[in-house]
Amino acid sequence: MDQVPVFIPGAPLLLSIVVPLLGRAWRRSVFPVAALGVAVSALASALTLDRVLDGGPFRYWLGGWEPPVGIEYALDEVSAFVCVVVTSVSLLALISTRRWAEREAGDRPGVFYGLALLLIAGLTGIVVTGDLFNLFVFLEIASLSAYGLVFIGGRKAMVAGFRYLIIGSIGGTLYLLGVGFIYFATGTLSMAEARELLASTESPRAVQAGAAFIFAGLGLKMGLVPLHLWLPDAYEHAPSSVNSLIAPVMTKVAGYAMLRMTLSVFPPGYFTGVVPIADALLVLGLIGIVFGSVAAAAQSDLRRMLAYSSVSQLAFIAVGIGLGTPLALAAALLHVANHAAMKATLFLAAASIRLRVGLQRTHNLAGLGPRMPLTMGAFAVGAVAMVGIPPTAGFFSKWYMAQAGLDAERWIVVAVVLASSLLTAVYLFRALEQVYLRPAKPEPAAQHHDGEGDEEHAPPSAEPPVRGVVARAAEAPWDVWIPLALLAAATVALGVFNAAIMERVLLPGVTP
Amino acid sequence: MSETTSSLLPLAAVLVPAVAAALAALTTERWRNLRDVWATLAGALMTLIVVAMLADTLDGRIHQTTLVEIAPLMDVAPEVKLALRADPAGMIFGLLVSVLWVAAGVYAVGYMRGEHERKQTRFFAAFGLSISAAAGVALAENLLTFVVFYELLSLFTYPLVTHRETESAISAGRKYLAYTLSGGVLLIGGTAWIYALGIDGTFQAGGFLEGEGLSRATEWGLFALLAAGVGVKAGVMPLHSWLPSAMVAPTPVSALLHAVAVVKAGVFGMVRIGVFVFGAALLEDMGAWLLLAVLSAATLLIGSMLALRHDNLKRRLAYSTISHLSYITLGVALIGPLALVGALLHIVGHGATKITLFFVAGAIHVRTHKENVSELDGIGRQMPITMGAFAAASLSMVGIPPFVLFTSKLYLAWGAAEVGQQAFLVVYLLSGVLAAGYLFPVVFRAFWRSSPDHPRFGEADKRMVAPIAVTAALALLWGVAPDLPLGFLELALRVKDEAFPGVDVMTAGGAR
Repeated sequence: MDQVPVFIPGAPLLLSIVVPLLGRAWRRSVFPVAALGVAVSALASALTLDRVLDGGPFRYWLGGWEPPVGIEYALDEVSAFVCVVVTSVSLLALISTRRWAEREAGDRPGVFYGLALLLIAGLTGIVVTGDLFNLFVFLEIASLSAYGLVFIGGRKAMVAGFRYLIIGSIGGTLYLLGVGFIYFATGTLSMAEARELLASTESPRAVQAGAAFIFAGLGLKMGLVPLHLWLPDAYEHAPSSVNSLIAPVMTKVAGYAMLRMTLSVFPPGYFTGVVPIADALLVLGLIGIVFGSVAAAAQSDLRRMLAYSSVSQLAFIAVGIGLGTPLALAAALLHVANHAAMKATLFLAAASIRLRVGLQRTHNLAGLGPRMPLTMGAFAVGAVAMVGIPPTAGFFSKWYMAQAGLDAERWIVVAVVLASSLLTAVYLFRALEQVYLRPAKPEPAAQHHDGEGDEEHAPPSAEPPVRGVVARAAEAPWDVWIPLALLAAATVALGVFNAAIMERVLLPGVTP
Repeated sequence: MSETTSSLLPLAAVLVPAVAAALAALTTERWRNLRDVWATLAGALMTLIVVAMLADTLDGRIHQTTLVEIAPLMDVAPEVKLALRADPAGMIFGLLVSVLWVAAGVYAVGYMRGEHERKQTRFFAAFGLSISAAAGVALAENLLTFVVFYELLSLFTYPLVTHRETESAISAGRKYLAYTLSGGVLLIGGTAWIYALGIDGTFQAGGFLEGEGLSRATEWGLFALLAAGVGVKAGVMPLHSWLPSAMVAPTPVSALLHAVAVVKAGVFGMVRIGVFVFGAALLEDMGAWLLLAVLSAATLLIGSMLALRHDNLKRRLAYSTISHLSYITLGVALIGPLALVGALLHIVGHGATKITLFFVAGAIHVRTHKENVSELDGIGRQMPITMGAFAAASLSMVGIPPFVLFTSKLYLAWGAAEVGQQAFLVVYLLSGVLAAGYLFPVVFRAFWRSSPDHPRFGEADKRMVAPIAVTAALALLWGVAPDLPLGFLELALRVKDEAFPGVDVMTAGGAR
């Protein structure tokens, strides 16, 4: 039992090497093996969370090697909880997009699933590690596999992916630079030791600058405004099998890394010093919440809209870190889980729509509600949760964040956080309106070929002919909608059980 | 004075309509006769459940369901319980909703079939969910539980407002969401503030904010947020304009939701905020009562005058609703014992009366497709029962004895005099005259003008005529004997006793 945590990043990491080899010999085995790897990781995360809840946080030395020689995993309520979220959402996303992966990965499914496993290994590694340099390694593992996955999407994805690569590498470099400053100041890379040493000294300026580099680097990876420019293109042009994997968890894990820096590396003095990191996060976060929502409302492409919505939601996490009180941090963490579930629901629904009708412009989705009741039902649940109507998950992260803002007497935080649900309602209810209230475009008449259809208004890059497509659409197959339905149920369950999660998992985890 | 017993009945009252909604969704259009029975059955069952609690409530034994006691882990938030409680004030609203839902359930079947409406399954499902949310609003034990159901009510009524799926319905739906969600945000903000101050939000007759040592500015801030939050649904000007727009909904929706459940949730919220959160002493001390009283008096008069100039019958009734909602808000604002009794009785009386008027408007439309008052010449002789009921309800609206609104207006006017606010007494009387001005012409045309129609129309479907007759009879019955058979007056007096302990009704309090 003691060795369980190693499987969290270990199982996907190991299989990420096996799977591409396996794919050459026996292509059909690739998906089950990959899913098994993620499932093992999810199980290990759940067992670890259980152990943490029973016996409190613990450290796990990989292979029994003590730091500084070996690598240390720091497992507390927060990291175990985020691992459970990341692995279970990834598992459901992988299952639900299997049909897309078959199409998009072409004749090399082994490579696709190898990269996906590597991505999940990197993400879980970031979450569990207790070592600053090791975090960088996992961050780059995750990022490199994400670039590779985005590239699968074809020509446009190449451009978007290349931009993602450049900006992501800058982010990684900034992070590494910051770690270097800490190492020179303290002589250690262990988060726990670094914290002790930093707390005992009087926040040297070099380390403060290092902290600023670290947060800037993670802000880039997370897509925090104004460092978000890579994100919408990458999400839009990435293959459907990929963006429903990247969007819900990848940026969230970067947000988690920021939280981890706040919780376990830098003592509070570092956030209000020469570089006012806390205030910067707060201001950028508030701007990001509003900007992301407004930009989302301006999009006609469903996935692009969801991408900007992610920018807004991630900014919400930054606001929590900027406030920095235990309640605000717990609210940000709850939002990590909530948003992972909500966004996965929405992106998977978008993938399911594309699978059936090949469309992604919201104004073309009219009448789809009755044709794909389960997919669109899940989409509606996700949308309502995003707007933040109780008792779904989205309400409670806003509720706690508002309370944290009130406690800190930051009225602007309260106002923006609460008003953001109205902004969210603007673009999501507009989509729901199309889907449920407007009629499907009818089949074109047999001899009707004057070309003056609605397609004319769409930009040239847009979509295949629309007429009649929705009217012929059928519900997605069961292996697509069951994971989707589970995620939609999870968004409600996270809300209903939020008090238990907050009281037993998150608040103990963030209270020093 | 009263003791609390743990019981499942309040929860059952909320769940029964939701179950009916689920059953309606499962039976679908294929078994439409079965589907349409659920609402009536559930209405009857819900009424039985509420009535079963009535005797105990009057005896001072209050039924309460605390969710976390029956379902471990299901709390709203740490330290806040999701709880439902059948206290006298909640019982008044709960009884009203359940009784009128039976009538509206029967009526809706006749109306929807008569109008050949589409997507009836969605309609009945959303209808049931809305009733469930309204019951939750009625029985909420604390502020956060109230907010949860209040928000759900906005969400579930949205598909009903947009049911026709026309452009005007969709834009009315947008307006509806914009108003109600904004109101919800204000309400959530105020509620979060109260909990962030460390105050337990459990409703208490006489208020819980007094003596918490809050600054006057905080008290005003809370009052502005909470009162504006519920003021949207209560149709207080200038927050009212969603209501006339929402009249594009099918008439059963206008009748039950926009004359009873939704708007009454708003004014009931006013009662909760005014009497159970702030309390009379604090409102008077702050002077907040005067602001609310002036706003509602203005709404009362302007609403009546606007009703005069609308030819469309449903719009005329909508403005009349706005006016009458402010009777109740004004009654709360006057913070006198008699005015409170009058306000609570007005909730009941206006419910029965206005639902009759809307039912009639819908019956006329189904039968003759006429919507305007100017087209109704001679219709009384063609549809004698329907228009007889309309005449009776008009008498009630104006406040002619022995109809129910005479009783409530008597209490309201007496209450205004009791606290020495003769100006508001005049407002009440004047508005009665205006009500005669916008309703009697309809009755006059219907019965004393000759009809241009050939051939003549007859009565509508008996599934519509019967509910009309029943609700008109209720308006008369509750006027003659407000305690028969549901004890509304006794409940209202009980609320008054708890809110104004030691004040005898018959001895007028000191002038303010």
